[in-house]
Amino acid sequence: MSSRPLLQVRGVTRRYGPRVGCREVSFELWPGEVLGVVGESGSGKTTLLKCLSAQLVPDAGAIVYDTRDDGPRDIFALSEPRRRLLARTDWGIVHQHPVEGLRMGVSAGANVGERLMAVGARHYGRIRGQALDWLGRVEIPRDRIDDLPRTFSGGMLQRLQIARNLVSRPRLVFMDEPTGSLDVSVQARLLDLLRGLVAELGLSVIVVTHDLAVARLLAHRLMVMRGGAVVEHGLTDQVLDDPQHPYTQLLVASILHP
Amino acid sequence: MDPAVTIAGLSKQFTLHVQGGVILPVLSGVALTVAPGECVALHGASGTGKSSLLRLVYGNYRCQAGSIVVRHRGESIDIATATPQKILELRRHTIGYVSQFLRVVPRVPAVEVVAEPGRAFGMSRLEAEHRAERLLSRLRIPERLWHLPPATFSGGEQQRINLARGFVVDFPVLLLDEPTAALDADNRRTVVSLIGEAKARGAAILGIFHDAEVREAVADRLIPMRGLSQAA
Amino acid sequence: MDGYNFAYLDEQTKRMIRRALLKAVAIPGYQVPFASREMPLPYGWGTGGIQVTASIIGADDVLKVIDQGADDTTNAVSIRRFFARTAGVRTTERTAEATIVQTRHRIPEAPLRDDQIIVYQVPMPEPLRWLEARETETRKMHALAEYGVMHVKLYEDVARHGRIATAYDYPVMVSGRYLMRPSPIPKFDNPKMDRSPMLQLFGAGREKRIYAVPPYTTVRSLDFEDHPFDIQRWDQRCALCDAGDSFLDEVIVDDRGGRIFVCSDSD
Repeated sequence: MSSRPLLQVRGVTRRYGPRVGCREVSFELWPGEVLGVVGESGSGKTTLLKCLSAQLVPDAGAIVYDTRDDGPRDIFALSEPRRRLLARTDWGIVHQHPVEGLRMGVSAGANVGERLMAVGARHYGRIRGQALDWLGRVEIPRDRIDDLPRTFSGGMLQRLQIARNLVSRPRLVFMDEPTGSLDVSVQARLLDLLRGLVAELGLSVIVVTHDLAVARLLAHRLMVMRGGAVVEHGLTDQVLDDPQHPYTQLLVASILHP
Repeated sequence: MDPAVTIAGLSKQFTLHVQGGVILPVLSGVALTVAPGECVALHGASGTGKSSLLRLVYGNYRCQAGSIVVRHRGESIDIATATPQKILELRRHTIGYVSQFLRVVPRVPAVEVVAEPGRAFGMSRLEAEHRAERLLSRLRIPERLWHLPPATFSGGEQQRINLARGFVVDFPVLLLDEPTAALDADNRRTVVSLIGEAKARGAAILGIFHDAEVREAVADRLIPMRGLSQAA
Repeated sequence: MDGYNFAYLDEQTKRMIRRALLKAVAIPGYQVPFASREMPLPYGWGTGGIQVTASIIGADDVLKVIDQGADDTTNAVSIRRFFARTAGVRTTERTAEATIVQTRHRIPEAPLRDDQIIVYQVPMPEPLRWLEARETETRKMHALAEYGVMHVKLYEDVARHGRIATAYDYPVMVSGRYLMRPSPIPKFDNPKMDRSPMLQLFGAGREKRIYAVPPYTTVRSLDFEDHPFDIQRWDQRCALCDAGDSFLDEVIVDDRGGRIFVCSDSD
């Protein structure tokens, strides 16, 4: 494990007028670590994720990312081109609804190849080769490479979105309810695939979910959010098996066990 | 020899906020040590906090007071205050834990479930799977099940998968929570010899053994647990 | 013609358009917004090109107009007549005689000189629109030269057709900086834009944008290393003039499906 965190978050606050999106959130994320952010809708977890991934500018606080070239840098102090480049290459964003993260009008292969082309790949054969490789890794049949995403099932779309993000070998991936739009039967397959890829690629992941079972399977650590603030954080199994905060206890006690 | 595990003044209570803040004391002032090569059995009726103690050592529960110092690669780490990253590191390299129930991961075949701690420890896929297969066959899991996910296995089969997971890495510290509860005589004997081998290589073992025969065969010392108090 | 200013547009409007043109020439390939006027013909009939031409034309100019790739189409004839009546200028069908060539769909086969200006009519100026609907975002992409995704379109072509099948309005990089749509000319004409002595002006009336390629500016068509840019070639020669290096139209000449290939540019 590297000697310094990949992401340092300090006092991040974001308001929407008088309403608080997230408040005074601080944590560190280490290389290879998966952090789960749990809480019910409106708890601020999606606002936090948008701030962390530079889609929203926080009102206060700092988000320091360990860049490949220059070490730790406040992402909002970077020039916009650099921040956009970072988001397109070193980061990945997996949306809950695949249509938000995919180009539905172009083929699966073009979806996967886009990031490569965005950073200058100009050899069609090699771009296609990598797209084929990634489709295989996310368990999409290779002969679907020229098909439009709209012909794919929900699970396949989500796997395609993952391939599209991972092809640029990001170090940090943001996931917003990655299994939220899927049937239970395909959730397991996706989770298993994600677990494998995260371990194999040494990815750091911040995954927002309201599903504690997803959090338990994917995350090393958990942050529990309520009303925009973090009320508890710790090892995933510790938070879920020995919750300390009243709200976490309520959350854990509310799970249905089949 | 320095103990592998040193517990001092350990207290644990649950505050049940959902039930109006009821406080449930579980452990108070627990002190014990486990030396390398030694098997210490926690002994007492159910509800005396034996499983909670193992979970505290594994970092699964948080304590209210006390320390749980574990020798980890020449360092002394206090689980009670260690960072999550440190606890995960200890779980990868130092502490093995066999719980009573297997928490199954959907879709992952048995052999990979067992090999996983080996991979996390840093073994090659081949070595981890080789060790996993050897343990599965020693624990009499039929080969036709190796490549199926254990979700549909019987209780006894799942427990043996869990045992194999705990022994696939030569952990310096092993926590065993009723490892033979659902096993037949043959498999109980296998577990006894696995524990014996672990002790012989210097593992410090802290366990709960409901089965008197197994307990007598493996335990060097008994620590009686009597709800909230304990004589060393 | 009485009651109209020279070349139809009022002088204030011409000055506004000339300022936009100067800025466009100064930043090759950059789309300059301008206050496009209502013209006496609908959008899509060349209102952008006509406004540009009206702003640069003088009494001594000789105008050639190409529409649907030819001089003798209804719209080309109308536009020529429009300027003949409102500006009293001479018109021609001969490329060499013209000082201004307003065009839709073609660049003339005869090379243009440095004393000639070509004015393109542009329906859709934004090359990034197909992948990004937000104007604020496409402007940002131009500002940051984030053009890599443009190759996604070329990728789709190769994946579907085994080659880059885009045959007209083929995207180009201007002076290594701005991505530009050359308007719906066949890609056959793209090489004529590169390092050409002529001044090239582009007007999009409905979209209210003006852009330009100054003389001797590099204009490179996008491509892949393993699928380089290439222009169409014909096995046939022109059935009328026997030219072997021009862009050919296929013309059906009888009721039995008989066909001949003739030069698209009849000059």
